[in-house]
Amino acid sequence: MSILIFADQAQGKIKKAALEAVQYGAKVAQQLGTTATALVLGPADNAELTALGNYGAAKVLHVADARLHEVESGVFTKIIAEAAGKEGAQVIVFPHNFDGKAIAPRVAARLKAGLVAGAVSYPDTSNGFVVKKNVFSGKAFANVNITSEKKIISLIPNTFPAVAGSGTATVEAFTPAVQDADFKVKVLKVETVSGDIPLTEAEIIVSGGRGLKGPENWGILEDLAKALGAATASSRPVADSGWRPHHEHVGQTGLTVRPNLYIAIGISGAIQHLAGVNGSKVIVVINKDPEAPFFKAADYGIVGDAFEVVPKLTAAVKQLKGN
Amino acid sequence: MKILVCISKTPDTTAKIAFTDNNTKFNEAGVQFIINPYDEWYALVRALELKETIGADVHLVTVGGVDCDPIIRKALALGGDEAFRINADSADSYYIAAEIAAFAKDKQYDIIFTGKETIDYNGSGIGGMVAELLDLPYVSIAAKFELSGTKATINREIEGGEEICEVSLPVVVSCQKGMAEARIPNMRGIMAARTKPLAVVEPVAAETLTSIVSFELPPAKAGVKLISPDNVDELVKLLHEEAKVI
Repeated sequence: MSILIFADQAQGKIKKAALEAVQYGAKVAQQLGTTATALVLGPADNAELTALGNYGAAKVLHVADARLHEVESGVFTKIIAEAAGKEGAQVIVFPHNFDGKAIAPRVAARLKAGLVAGAVSYPDTSNGFVVKKNVFSGKAFANVNITSEKKIISLIPNTFPAVAGSGTATVEAFTPAVQDADFKVKVLKVETVSGDIPLTEAEIIVSGGRGLKGPENWGILEDLAKALGAATASSRPVADSGWRPHHEHVGQTGLTVRPNLYIAIGISGAIQHLAGVNGSKVIVVINKDPEAPFFKAADYGIVGDAFEVVPKLTAAVKQLKGN
Repeated sequence: MKILVCISKTPDTTAKIAFTDNNTKFNEAGVQFIINPYDEWYALVRALELKETIGADVHLVTVGGVDCDPIIRKALALGGDEAFRINADSADSYYIAAEIAAFAKDKQYDIIFTGKETIDYNGSGIGGMVAELLDLPYVSIAAKFELSGTKATINREIEGGEEICEVSLPVVVSCQKGMAEARIPNMRGIMAARTKPLAVVEPVAAETLTSIVSFELPPAKAGVKLISPDNVDELVKLLHEEAKVI
């Protein structure tokens, strides 16, 4: 018996959400009296692999096949199922990010393993195997019992921040049988916004809405984001008007984010927007309308003109950070 | 060309979320039900666009009881050709996927569209499970879908960007914003939908692998702490010292 964690990588670097999943899997392993094995697919530095020991992995299975640079859900499913069999994995953990959402359901169907997608708790094994998950777009939780023998949990990023300890993991090369013909979906091109922090992994997000009046005014928001080391986001009307690219759109139809700090500037806080951000640990709202519904969901608020408040806030942050 | 669109009944996005029966059941009192927005706005409408441009039969499938019929009729009013309701409780995602896969198995669909997730259980699992059960390629969370003959070019969202990929049909695709623009049914569509076929299909034997024990609501927020716009230093101090997030 063991716990298997799918630790996804981008450009050879293990993703932050994957480190969290490894740490989570290691804790579940401890809970069940077994060990955690992390599975990394695609080329990655050896240092990245051994570092997974710091998050509790006892063993790292690595498939260094360059064809696995991008996710092909069918191929990845085959490999993960093979690794699960080899390791006798009772529980498989995925990060609930784009990769996890693409693969975990396939693996669940292949192994007939009950899936809790979007978990926010450790399993409670006092009466079954119950995991808490987000439902109704963050407006409620469901406690879900996995009744099958094999179990799959995909963990919402930034639920349990990864803290590096000092463990060691043995790295083992793994060569599953994968044919070229298995790659049915071929990636032609990857377009990522280089240099920016992916929103789903950002610890701080500064987000703007229609209250900023136009794309030319985004400078004040970007200055604040830069001072905080934050990623920038937007509300739906902003993305729909083409002021900002779609991949920055946060909300029901856009991205769901869960940063430590979400600063909403000139966003009224429609229920559809809140659905994408209500998992944030701390929410700050800056809006000149004291009746903006977002204030009800906020921890801190400033009723005031963004064009005056935001530059002052940037200056204050810079002062705090000593530059 | 045959396209299957999987649709699901969900509470309206603005519905009040509350539970009954000792927090084991969603309280449906006063709640309006809709087609899950991702299924309707993106999966179904993209299928209809393909029908209009290259010609296709658009079939709809849902797993649920007779209370799903109004949303199925709406999907027919938007332009779906035929609908199938698998007459069973939508118990868990594996069960639903197994029913849809058994239904679709011998019907030679070229494309199976689903929404990227439902807005109630947020499982995001049906597309991937159906693909695996039918041994088909799967592209998740697609924002664009173009066809050229039997090859599809699909943009799928990844962390901080997009991946453009190519796949030969048949394929299963889960859809999100960007795929298509939402539509509203017109009167002709609504009239036509009344006489379009809606077949009730009996379920096959399938397992459930999970069960919901209970629901809970998140703890209420303590209330917003308002800071004067003339005193932003105070906000920075609170974020640093009290909330400890900067």
